[in-house]
Amino acid sequence: MATTNSRTLARFMLLPSVILLLAWMIVPLCMTLYFSFIDYNLLVPGDKEFVGFLNYEFFLTDPAFFESFFNTLYLVTGVLLITICGGIGLAILLDQAIWGRNYVRIMVLAPFFVMPTVSALVWKNMLMNPVNGLFAHFAIWLGFEPIDFFAQMPLFSIIIIVSWQWLPFAALILLTAIQSLDREQLEAADLDGAGPFSKFFYIVLPHLSRAITAVILIETIFLLSIFAEILVTTSGGPGYSSTNITYLIYTQSLLQFDVGGGSAGGIVAVIIANIVAIFLMRLIGKNLEG
Amino acid sequence: MTIKDSRRSKLIYTIAAWTISGMIFFPILWTLITSFKTEAEAISASPSLYAFDWTLENYRDVLSRSPYFNHFWNSVVISLGSSLLGLLIAVPAAWSMAFVQTKKTKHLLMWMLSTKMLPPVGVLIPIYLLFRDFALLDTKLGLVIVMTLINLPIMVWMLYTYFREIPNEILEASRMDGATIGEEIFHVLLPIALPGIASTLLLNVILSWNEAFWTLILTAANAAPLTAFIASYSSPEGLFYAKLSAASAMAIVPILILGWFSQKQLVRGLSFGAVK
Amino acid sequence: MGSITLKQVTKNFDEVNVIKPLDLEIKDGEFIVFVGPSGCGKSTLLRMIAGLEDTTSGNIEIDGIDATKTPPAKRGLAMVFQSYALYPHMTVRNNIAFPLKRAKVSPAEIESKIANAAKILNLTDYLDRKPGQLSGGQRQRVAIGRAIVRQPSAFLFDEPLSNLDASLRVNMRLEISELHKSLATTMTYVTHDQVEAMTMADRIAVFNAGIIEQVGTPLELYKNPVNKFVAGFIGSPKMNFIDAPQNEDANVSCIGIRPEHITLSTEQGTWAGTVGVIEHLGSESFLHINIEGKGTVTVKADGDCPLKYGDSIYLSAPADKVLKFDNNGLTIR
Repeated sequence: MATTNSRTLARFMLLPSVILLLAWMIVPLCMTLYFSFIDYNLLVPGDKEFVGFLNYEFFLTDPAFFESFFNTLYLVTGVLLITICGGIGLAILLDQAIWGRNYVRIMVLAPFFVMPTVSALVWKNMLMNPVNGLFAHFAIWLGFEPIDFFAQMPLFSIIIIVSWQWLPFAALILLTAIQSLDREQLEAADLDGAGPFSKFFYIVLPHLSRAITAVILIETIFLLSIFAEILVTTSGGPGYSSTNITYLIYTQSLLQFDVGGGSAGGIVAVIIANIVAIFLMRLIGKNLEG
Repeated sequence: MTIKDSRRSKLIYTIAAWTISGMIFFPILWTLITSFKTEAEAISASPSLYAFDWTLENYRDVLSRSPYFNHFWNSVVISLGSSLLGLLIAVPAAWSMAFVQTKKTKHLLMWMLSTKMLPPVGVLIPIYLLFRDFALLDTKLGLVIVMTLINLPIMVWMLYTYFREIPNEILEASRMDGATIGEEIFHVLLPIALPGIASTLLLNVILSWNEAFWTLILTAANAAPLTAFIASYSSPEGLFYAKLSAASAMAIVPILILGWFSQKQLVRGLSFGAVK
Repeated sequence: MGSITLKQVTKNFDEVNVIKPLDLEIKDGEFIVFVGPSGCGKSTLLRMIAGLEDTTSGNIEIDGIDATKTPPAKRGLAMVFQSYALYPHMTVRNNIAFPLKRAKVSPAEIESKIANAAKILNLTDYLDRKPGQLSGGQRQRVAIGRAIVRQPSAFLFDEPLSNLDASLRVNMRLEISELHKSLATTMTYVTHDQVEAMTMADRIAVFNAGIIEQVGTPLELYKNPVNKFVAGFIGSPKMNFIDAPQNEDANVSCIGIRPEHITLSTEQGTWAGTVGVIEHLGSESFLHINIEGKGTVTVKADGDCPLKYGDSIYLSAPADKVLKFDNNGLTIR
């Protein structure tokens, strides 16, 4: 569809993006890979010897790795479960004829625009604090013992906070998908005598499947890298009970200055993300054609 | 279904929707309200939504005791700077891919997107060390560079989907009309794509404003944007609820307003066009 | 001046050959129509003339000068696109002014040219509207306006009427023909609609699968098609093709008769058939008649044709109106 002239030009105009992204991706990644095979601690200058897979061995056999691996898993699946189920419910509710729909939409959407540090601190102090938090006041008013969220259920508390941030995203995308549903399909189902449940399971849910996959995969990318929420609430504790892989690598590299160990962890994180990414690329690739 | 029935179901749905959305919005509302309370009222065991002495004292305190405006300015420079720089790089790339398609275009797009999936911890150490060696740690320039690079794939992708909606014939018409490539882009493509470009810019400002991995790791007192500034309240200072609320309110309100404007584009941009 | 000469022009998309080596001489001031089914390469050839597509091999000369490698902006041609391709963010005035501004024409001259074009095209009242506020026909006229103000050496039209409804199409057809008469500039016009081709063209080039089957005036193509494809493509309703009768030469594989050349009789004729569906158009009727063992033929008859569905009927045709084709589909003279 084009001439040689425009093709040459197009190549030049692509170049900056391609070079920058290539540099951004390849250079640091190679450095990480290199660091992961040497003994390198920022506090111990000098000896950077090649140690083979030792860093990986230490990282992968460290009990903290297992704990944070499963924490990552719980965090991602927990948030996905809450946001997808909640998002479908909200999307269906917001799709109904209601008064003031625009205001409702704006309220539902708001948490997505709150920066992670703010939402984590507001939840930690003003809502979940066992002494002065609103939840504690409420529990006492009802006659219960207040819960010390971050001491008793640190990971769950973080799941709640992160879900609050991501629920709007899921709801908005699913709402957009529901609104593209052909109304005549539902009317035809009405004529065929389908009840609300069979309409949901046989028409609405299949229609949403593409949007749901998109939400799952996009959220997963971001959820694998949750960091700020942990840093400002629990700092990964108590113990490693709320540490995810991202946070574990952060503590190893920038708090303990173990460049080699942190790099090995970084490569492990890249591999995990790649496994997820392969599925995502397949999905988006399909949608590109469709 | 009679008209009366449908009015009743509308009422029920309305009540349900307002209740649930009210609960979702509540933490933000509560932050805004608390920011106008005194510290004593903020931790009162019988908290009130409105019956208290409204005061602006907290805002005054936050502004006078901390370099709030510095951090605010850092956030503005970093998010706007990286978004504009990103546009400069992304517009030509998106033009190429949208209007001069080859067999490789799709793979290229996919590859660009795949860089977005690289977990930041995978490159944490090299970036940190490179920044240290090039004296970019705790500088706005350093963060502008990082934000530009991490958001570049999203920008290219969003612009690409907008450009694809512009018929190629319009650009060809301008070529037939004697326009040079520069005139084609500035007089025809950009004005037509302006809404799409604006929403790409807006979404990227929002994403950069709220980015809280690199901003926390690569900055200290000097270049810290609001995300890092607010994080400093995780120290015992955070127990001053009213001040925490005031600082938070000032950090989120501007972007909340921007976000409400761009909600439609958000769906498109963040779902990479999978949902329109 | 506006003659266009194509010499052994070819076009490949990747490995696929869409235009086979092709020669064509478009004379100055001529209205030539490229017609053919979709995918025959007619639009691609037009875009190659415009410079919007590369020419794989061969030469394109405009006014005797080789323009094969010249960028579209420098060829001095104007094009009207199927989708009109108006600039949606500009007013009608600015749309028409755009090529003039690119050519650095003085503002006063631009004004007078716009006013002039607007008057010719009945757009004076709409100059300050945006394309989105115009009807399809008006948009089409703006696109033509944008083309004529440049005073190009030739106009290229790429299926310009296919997005208009039927009645508007007839009007615009006349307006474009009118324009050609008044401007006397070369026009190259691509369409898949043979009626447009027949009514507008000085000469028609019939395309099929990347080659030109025949070039000639509308009447030449109608009367003396070189092969079965041209014979079937030109004329409406389509020519009837019937397997050759026993008494014909061995090398005649098929004969063609136009619906308007068949006469009907209740008593006798060459073929016997049964009347099927009859389409009454008022001024004329189209009868679909089933001939035993030969298939269905279309016959054009008077508007007040008294036949009914199921009637038996005889058909015949004057020998000088019957075309004969050989095994390769070529017309036998």
